Amino acid sequence: MPYTVTEIREGLAAGRFSSSEITRDYLSRIAEHNPQLNCFISVTEEIALQQAQAADKALADGKAELLTGVPLAHKDLFCTDGVRTSCGSRMLDNFIAPYDATVVERIHDAGAVMLGKTNMDEFAMGSSNENSWYGSVANPWNAAHVPGGSSGGSAAAVAAGLVPAATGTDTGGSIRQPAALCGVTGIKPTYGRVSRYGMIAFASSLDQGGPFARSAADCALLLQAMSGFDPRDSTSSENEVADFSAQLDQGIEGLRIGLPKEFFAEGLDSRLATVIETAIGELRKLGADVREVSLPNTGLSIPTYYVVAMAECSSNLSRFDGVRFGHRCTDPVDLEDLYKRSRGEGFGDEVKRRILIGTYALSAGYYDAYYLKAQQLRRMIKNDFQQAFADVDLILGPTTPEVAFEIGAKTDDPVSMYLQDIYTISLNLAGLPGMSLPVGFVDGLPVGMQLIGNYFDEARLLQVAHRYQQVSDWHLQMPEAFS
Amino acid sequence: MTLKTDDVRSIAHLARLHIEEDAVDQYVGDLSSILALVEQMNQVDSEGVIPLSNPLDASQRLRADEVSESDQRDKFQGIAPDVAEGLYRVPRVIE
Repeated sequence: MPYTVTEIREGLAAGRFSSSEITRDYLSRIAEHNPQLNCFISVTEEIALQQAQAADKALADGKAELLTGVPLAHKDLFCTDGVRTSCGSRMLDNFIAPYDATVVERIHDAGAVMLGKTNMDEFAMGSSNENSWYGSVANPWNAAHVPGGSSGGSAAAVAAGLVPAATGTDTGGSIRQPAALCGVTGIKPTYGRVSRYGMIAFASSLDQGGPFARSAADCALLLQAMSGFDPRDSTSSENEVADFSAQLDQGIEGLRIGLPKEFFAEGLDSRLATVIETAIGELRKLGADVREVSLPNTGLSIPTYYVVAMAECSSNLSRFDGVRFGHRCTDPVDLEDLYKRSRGEGFGDEVKRRILIGTYALSAGYYDAYYLKAQQLRRMIKNDFQQAFADVDLILGPTTPEVAFEIGAKTDDPVSMYLQDIYTISLNLAGLPGMSLPVGFVDGLPVGMQLIGNYFDEARLLQVAHRYQQVSDWHLQMPEAFS
Repeated sequence: MTLKTDDVRSIAHLARLHIEEDAVDQYVGDLSSILALVEQMNQVDSEGVIPLSNPLDASQRLRADEVSESDQRDKFQGIAPDVAEGLYRVPRVIE
């Protein structure tokens, strides 16, 4: 069975199998393994088979687009017309989206087949997928461990071969961290590269969509389909989209790669550091010029991020009021009771904590001390990157400080969970593109290496990851239970 | 910064969020530890730094004020908890 988008495209083009056949194969893998992994909130079998049939017709008529006939899944945060879009929350358990997100529309227009909607931390708030109303997701490499979050269902589904690719979103690491913990490849593009229209908002100045797949070459295809200006998102970029696949083979000879010393300091598991250093050695052999850089405000990125993200979340989630859509409490005595109980019942603990902190940070008398201060630090963090990029073409480091932890290990201490995001969140604050690719294992669990690019330099990230994947096979490995 | 139980109750009211009375103490602890984390921001002097709200320093794009959406009231109200005659129903607010 072909597990990469690239192989599926080739097989379909050569007529070795049809989209209907491969779609049925994937649906049966989902039926077999999803009860154990819990990657999916909804499986859209009927839609998948219809779309696969249409794809087979398009292929027969010679009208194939970029992803015609390729089955994939969407994080259940992207609105899908006529299909439940829960965002991992009881609040939206009954929400049938009345329109498609731009990402969903573009991927559909590119000919892909939707297998279903994947599990996630509620409203994308979490780093372990344990905050989902639909239950936690198991890491395919070790079912007692978390897959990461918030796009944990998408990452685990790709890792276990239940889908060849899936969409995700990344507000503080929610594509890169689960990609790392599940041993798959994922990319968060520059803020504004992928439209946020129809992506249920968590923190609007940080949120960005992107793909998961087994390889950089597959991510290039997915990102191509997802990217581009969208007038319906007021922060969408009008910059031209590069041809990601065409630039994959440019090599990395002479490429200047910076290692931020703050990313290799205290807090990083030394066994994981060794794995990353081995991968850096490979890149050196391939001709990269590796040197040290400094991002002095790295330590401040966590407090800064959580103020910005929680403030924006408290504002965005005020739309869930029990009036127009979503959960409504029974027998409200008055309007205030309707708001309070609908929200109190609809949201889980972590979402409530974040709404409360955000409300506090934005309340009268505290705005300057929290939100304004965080926005000032945000600029300082962005400036650190700008300074580093004066000397290097790319920044590289670990994606996470440790490999996947056990389910339940950090649920009692929200702050220790937040510290998992130390290497990923500064990119969201700065709006920079980043990706994670698998580079080895510690204790049988995957290690992710993070590549950070300058603004709109996604092509270069993909190119470096692709070059590494040409000389390594970490990205091709499958957990034994699913191979 | 350590919050008190009344602080949590008043923030929850501002957020129009019901929290169970027996969960208030847990929130006091959790929120206080998050605020302690957040206060690390004060280690740095950011006097005079221009706040960054959009990571690309972009300003909001404007468009002509023209109707671009069609009427989809029935579709949108099809997912509402309670509607009548094209209106969303809520408990009485005017006596």
